[in-house]
Amino acid sequence: MMTTAITNGDIILEFSYLLSAIFFVVGLKLLSNPETARRGNLWAASGMLLAMITTIVLHRNADGESIRVANLVIILGAIVLGGIFGALVARRIKMTAMPQLVSIFNASGGAASALVALIEFSNPENESALVTLLGLVIGSIAFSGSMIAYGKLDGRIKDLFSRWLTYVNLLILAGILFLLVLVLVSGMPFETKQTLVYVLLAVSLVYGVSFVMPIGGADMPVVISLLNSFTGIAAAMAGFIYQNQAMILGGIFVGAAGMILTLLMCKAMNRSLINVIIGAFGGGGAGVDREKGIVKEISVTDAAVMLNYSSRVVIVPGYGLAVAQAQHICSEMDQLLEANGVEVKYAIHPVAGRMPGHMNVLLAEADVPYEKLVEMDEINPDMPKTDVVVVIGANDVVNPAALDDPSSPIYGMPIIKVHEAKNVIVMKRGMGKGYAAIENYLFYADNTRMLFGNAKDSLQKLVTEIKAL
Amino acid sequence: MEGILQFFFSNKETIFIIALTIFLGLEVISNVPSVLHTPLMSGANAISGVIIIGGIILVGHADLANLSEGSHLLNLVLGIFALLFGTLNVIGGFVVTDRMLEMFKKKKK
Repeated sequence: MMTTAITNGDIILEFSYLLSAIFFVVGLKLLSNPETARRGNLWAASGMLLAMITTIVLHRNADGESIRVANLVIILGAIVLGGIFGALVARRIKMTAMPQLVSIFNASGGAASALVALIEFSNPENESALVTLLGLVIGSIAFSGSMIAYGKLDGRIKDLFSRWLTYVNLLILAGILFLLVLVLVSGMPFETKQTLVYVLLAVSLVYGVSFVMPIGGADMPVVISLLNSFTGIAAAMAGFIYQNQAMILGGIFVGAAGMILTLLMCKAMNRSLINVIIGAFGGGGAGVDREKGIVKEISVTDAAVMLNYSSRVVIVPGYGLAVAQAQHICSEMDQLLEANGVEVKYAIHPVAGRMPGHMNVLLAEADVPYEKLVEMDEINPDMPKTDVVVVIGANDVVNPAALDDPSSPIYGMPIIKVHEAKNVIVMKRGMGKGYAAIENYLFYADNTRMLFGNAKDSLQKLVTEIKAL
Repeated sequence: MEGILQFFFSNKETIFIIALTIFLGLEVISNVPSVLHTPLMSGANAISGVIIIGGIILVGHADLANLSEGSHLLNLVLGIFALLFGTLNVIGGFVVTDRMLEMFKKKKK
């Protein structure tokens, strides 16, 4: 595309993109180790800063013109405004609202990609209509999907599931493909194509909504990481338009990382990605008719005594902990017990909460050292040696039906085997079923005691009781 | 169909890079402990804000003298929004990731 002679500036610019791409790779690599993660984030941020500065200073258009001062003022204005707003939100947000924030940021990334693609489609010098349109479609889906995900995480939007929505979604998807092919191969005049591209944008936005609408609850971590992956791919598509290697590499990298997380989450639920997206889920599970037994309650005093005089306690946190914002009081109880010689660990299920790693962030905020957070596979063998397991706001991830009831919708999903522990205390608001609406036989087991009430209140009372002992 | 083949041929280097990058990406990220899932996701999310480079190029070369012509003004406005959203994604993403990781760090005894 460059019609003018190549200058030193052009070479330096390309070289800086190469450096940025390397910074992204090194940054992500460091981000995958707890010891180096913070440095990794800085590496990635530096790569981004470098690419931004060199683009502003050195980029020239096809006519060889650099960015003019007036344009520069607008650019800097937008960057400062977006930057200040982003930094403020990121600094102020409560850790419990982290899934919402990640969704909002992801939505804005998707929107940016869609906008760039939309503008570039009307640029006559842009020869890659295919990637431009793909960027538009994927970016729009990431945007509207993430906004719906945000609404759900924030409790503003309820899950909507019905069989027909699956068919509607397939229909919309077919419509998107049809429009794509139509714009790409037909010989219609440009104005008509431009109009169709707006239609394509609208349909893609609708698809983002209708695709995320039926998915909710425990499937949320899958959707969030999938949308994250989409945003990366959309950015890479835009990178194609500019033949910009930093954008392509960065975008694809994020796409791959998001995809890995998505598949990890699916694996943690023993379901395929297709099943999560299309899946009817919930209900049923009454195939094996077993003795339900009776639900046995425990008083706060008894629970305090039981915990205080154990030697090994494992806490299993779930979404209920986040909802009740009970992480700080939970950590306080943990410290009290430790001071009294009880070994306390946390068992973290990969899909506990509403985004990948949700529980870890929440507990880290409450000063729980990450060494105490143990992954499911590591802690399961220790369960029979554990005196008391405290389940706080978790349900499906501790449901033994996943192990032995082939008719259960969650059969085959790896769980934390709390039923093997000597005693189990389940903190729950009431006898309602979890997200998946599946009967949980753990609650009726001989070694299980229920402690009903809001998790925060119950923990508060427990702390008071333990202090009094 | 011919268009797609043509596209492949004229972008073959980039497509090779993409194919290899996917593998590299999968390789670099796999085996990440679950304690880092959220920071990794939000850090990666910030990197996907690299789209702001596109925003900078668009707004940077917008023809401010002839805004009334065609869709110049519309494109400029959309471009500015792309920049705003992109920066929000980048700065917010990196800052919040740093904040999370700082929490992980200071608790180490």
